[in-house]
Amino acid sequence: MTRKPFILQNPSVLIVLAVLAVFTAAVTAGSAAYGSGVIPTSMVKVLGKTLCLALAAVAMDLVWGYLGILSLGQMAFFALGGYMIGQWLMYARTETIVAASLAQNPIPATPQELQDAVTNQIFGVVGSADLPLVWSFAHSLTLQMILILLVPGLLALVFGWLAFRSRVNGVYLSILTQAMTLALALWLFQNDSGFRGNNGLSGLQNIPGLDHVSQATLSVWFLWASAAALALFYVLAAWLVSGKFGSVVRAIRDDETRVRFLGYPVEGFKLVVFTLAAMITAIAGALYYPQAGIINPAELMPIASIYLAVWVAIGGRGRLYGAAIGAVVVSLLSSWFTGGRAPSINLPGYVVNWVDWWQVALGLTFVLVTLFAPKGIAGIFDWLGGVLPPRRQGRDLGPNDGAFQEAEAKA
Amino acid sequence: MIRLLAPLFALFLPLAALANPALEAVIAENIDQIEQPSRRTVEPLVAQIAATGPEGIALLQAWADRRLGLVDGRAVILNADSMTDAVTGAPVTGEARSLRPNSGVRGVIEAALAGSALSDPDPRRRAAALDSLSRGADAEGLAALRAALDDPDPVLAARKARLERLLTIQFDTDSAARVAAIEGLAGDVGLDFRAALNPLLATRRLAATEEPQANIARELSVGSDALPREAAVALLAQQGVLQPPLTRAEQRSRLAANIVDGRVAGIPVTQLDDQAMRDRAYDTLETQGAVPPAATEAEAEATLATYRFFETYAEPDPAVTDAAKAAQIRAQVRLGAMQGIDLGLDALSLASIYFLAAIGLAITFGVMRVINMAHGEFIMMGAYTGYTVQTVIADRTLSLVIALPLAFVVTFLAGVVLYRLVIRHLAHRPLETLLATFGVSIALQQLAKNIFGTQARPLTAPAWLEGSITINDVIGISSIRVAIFVLALLFLALFLFIMKRTRLGLEVRAVTQNPGMAASMGINPDRIAMMTFGLGSGIAGIAGIAIGLFAQVTSELGQNYIVQSFMTVVVGGVGNIWGTLAGATLIGGLSKVIESLNPSNTLAAQTFMILFIITFIQFRPRGIIPQRGRAAEA
Repeated sequence: MTRKPFILQNPSVLIVLAVLAVFTAAVTAGSAAYGSGVIPTSMVKVLGKTLCLALAAVAMDLVWGYLGILSLGQMAFFALGGYMIGQWLMYARTETIVAASLAQNPIPATPQELQDAVTNQIFGVVGSADLPLVWSFAHSLTLQMILILLVPGLLALVFGWLAFRSRVNGVYLSILTQAMTLALALWLFQNDSGFRGNNGLSGLQNIPGLDHVSQATLSVWFLWASAAALALFYVLAAWLVSGKFGSVVRAIRDDETRVRFLGYPVEGFKLVVFTLAAMITAIAGALYYPQAGIINPAELMPIASIYLAVWVAIGGRGRLYGAAIGAVVVSLLSSWFTGGRAPSINLPGYVVNWVDWWQVALGLTFVLVTLFAPKGIAGIFDWLGGVLPPRRQGRDLGPNDGAFQEAEAKA
Repeated sequence: MIRLLAPLFALFLPLAALANPALEAVIAENIDQIEQPSRRTVEPLVAQIAATGPEGIALLQAWADRRLGLVDGRAVILNADSMTDAVTGAPVTGEARSLRPNSGVRGVIEAALAGSALSDPDPRRRAAALDSLSRGADAEGLAALRAALDDPDPVLAARKARLERLLTIQFDTDSAARVAAIEGLAGDVGLDFRAALNPLLATRRLAATEEPQANIARELSVGSDALPREAAVALLAQQGVLQPPLTRAEQRSRLAANIVDGRVAGIPVTQLDDQAMRDRAYDTLETQGAVPPAATEAEAEATLATYRFFETYAEPDPAVTDAAKAAQIRAQVRLGAMQGIDLGLDALSLASIYFLAAIGLAITFGVMRVINMAHGEFIMMGAYTGYTVQTVIADRTLSLVIALPLAFVVTFLAGVVLYRLVIRHLAHRPLETLLATFGVSIALQQLAKNIFGTQARPLTAPAWLEGSITINDVIGISSIRVAIFVLALLFLALFLFIMKRTRLGLEVRAVTQNPGMAASMGINPDRIAMMTFGLGSGIAGIAGIAIGLFAQVTSELGQNYIVQSFMTVVVGGVGNIWGTLAGATLIGGLSKVIESLNPSNTLAAQTFMILFIITFIQFRPRGIIPQRGRAAEA
């Protein structure tokens, strides 16, 4: 039997791309720079950032929903991507400012003097006078862009190799990934780590060389870039999990030992997916932080990664669109509820203020979703499409313990 | 020293209302010498006055402070705005002629004063005099102390003997006596002894062409760690044998001052963005005499080659410095050992906290293969229970006695409810349990914020737990930490008792080993799981009180300990109390050791710690004490 073309196998990819295109066009039409201005620039930024989070969630779904590793350290890669692009943004911008001020001197500055002045400007706040070694490439956009992929990729590769090699899995692995991101965060929190300690990198919303472009325009450009990245990597991820490779990956999730006995190099598959997901997450981060404008080590604390897991779980793991929907819905809802704009509920004797109660509601929703709707929001689409899970004896145990697809078994 | 003793003698002043005929006689006989004292002859007079009693002492004090005056041949003490008769203490009016004894005379008087306080009949005054003498003394203080070494109080006598040794080290003129004193105290780790040694070993740096006539500590070679090249050049420049090297900023400003028609020494300004070009321009200017000459590299090199660099002691006597050096090394060695012990105590207390925090996690994970992310919030719940009890019951001891079991009950119930409502329905899905309990965790944290507010709440320890147990200057541990250690031991014993000696423990062990078999033997695994979950949560509540006693109670309290608790469980190995104990000891000890290597940077310590654990897992993926048998395969 010949395989159907990739797109026909996964009609959901086309729908997601269409929705994304319509969304981007609508936001562009509503933006202040290219349209009516109904959507304020800050909102455009929030939407652009949400697309980046959706991309991170898609990568998380690859690792968790398909490979079965609950990584509680994904946001470490996200923040690393942000730090890598932030280095260039901050260095290049400081360089232009410092060069302009040094040009006031009667004697032109030497390259050394220029670098010293830049270093002083960036690291004066942590009391350091030397440019740390990790900033050696900060002057070059190309090199830093390579580092965006390289640093998180290498970290994931080394960490994954160490962990998978010694067959750490399940809860242990989750805790270990959490420890990894905590270690990284604590290291970055130090002033002498070379990343400005808890000050983090700031002023990232100003793009060097694009001073003449307004923030309104820039925000739309970043929205386009984020949408394009989401589209590109969504298709890549969908393609990856649709073929034989995807079948092996899902098989590893369902019964790792059996796949190993069948002769597949389980560790290799795991490493590839884990590293690829880390790189995709890093790209999402590199697009996110120029829109956020500031990055600091708090972004790497374990809680951020756990929230990512929450989004994916609520959206529905094991389905790429589920992860994206979860990230978009939950993060937008969170910012709406915690932003103080949600109307309070007046109960007799007590006023439920959503700023105070949103976290409680989110936590409980999360417990309820885990208990009663393990497929999350994406389960609705399954139900609508009539692709209800085949009736088997007993309860559906969810993606972890035996959600093999009957269709695949027949093919 | 006078200033320090002055308040002491202020006590005597009211007593002066009584007349003192002996003092009056002495003053009358020696009025000339009081007016014009001479250092060589005044000593017997001072002794005579001191012997007349408190009024005499007060007079001497005033004399030494230049507050003594004469009115019509009578000695008067000048206060800020009044005068009193030195003999009777009665107020005096009139024109006083102030006496201004020279420093030699004042030295004699001070020595007599110090001596008299040191042999005062009141032990408290003697102790106070010793205190002030040990805070700041001089050669006279040493002489006075030696004169008053005998003391009826053995404690004070020992203090005096020790202080005499210390002052001998610092102020004696005889180097043999000083060396003997240093050697007598060698190996002592007291702060006072180390402080007495430090000035002896203070060094300064010196550049000279040949060996100077001084007590040389060591010769430094240029370019070594102790004396980098720049430091050597700076030292030479400071001693005036080398022109200070030109800084880049100075060079630039001097070049800028010599711009003529957009050129400096013929070089266009636009080309001066290069250090070599700047040097060339400067050299040209130097030959033209437009800028002052600066030391070139070659000059600096030549001067460096002719000079040798020494570190010399301020103390001239080599015998003394050698003895001091040896004593310091011995003190440092002993100090190191004691710091090791102190570190051990700290590590032990940290380990007991981790043990208390992790034990609940370990047993639930052992029995159910479930990580409870809300465990940290149970710790927090325990701490808030303690705080609430304290707001109701004012007596701290009583409130603690009530709070401990209450915290256990509250968190036990919370654990049981969590088990019944959530965890039971997620059996065999450990990752989902982890996530669901995380949802509970964020909800509980926010609930705590809503109820108790975001500011930190104090959980105050009873008075008998405040303070610390101090063994010497180095080793000390706060009582709370000792109490926590005892608490951890108590729970270890209790846990072992439950596990090994009760029906429940037997059933828990059976379910841990093989749930299916246990069930077919009539044990209800669901009930056992619920009980262990409750027990683990209850201990978390107790841990919360223990942590709250030394940390502030906030809604994030549990979070700060949860990752360490996970680490403890992972490193120790699950389902075994001894594994948890080993894990807690390892993690507590290791974090203290890493912290002590770099005390200023606790963040780095935590980072290295986590890296160590990640590496450790590589070699023992199942922890220090792994589970064996069939349960391990599950």
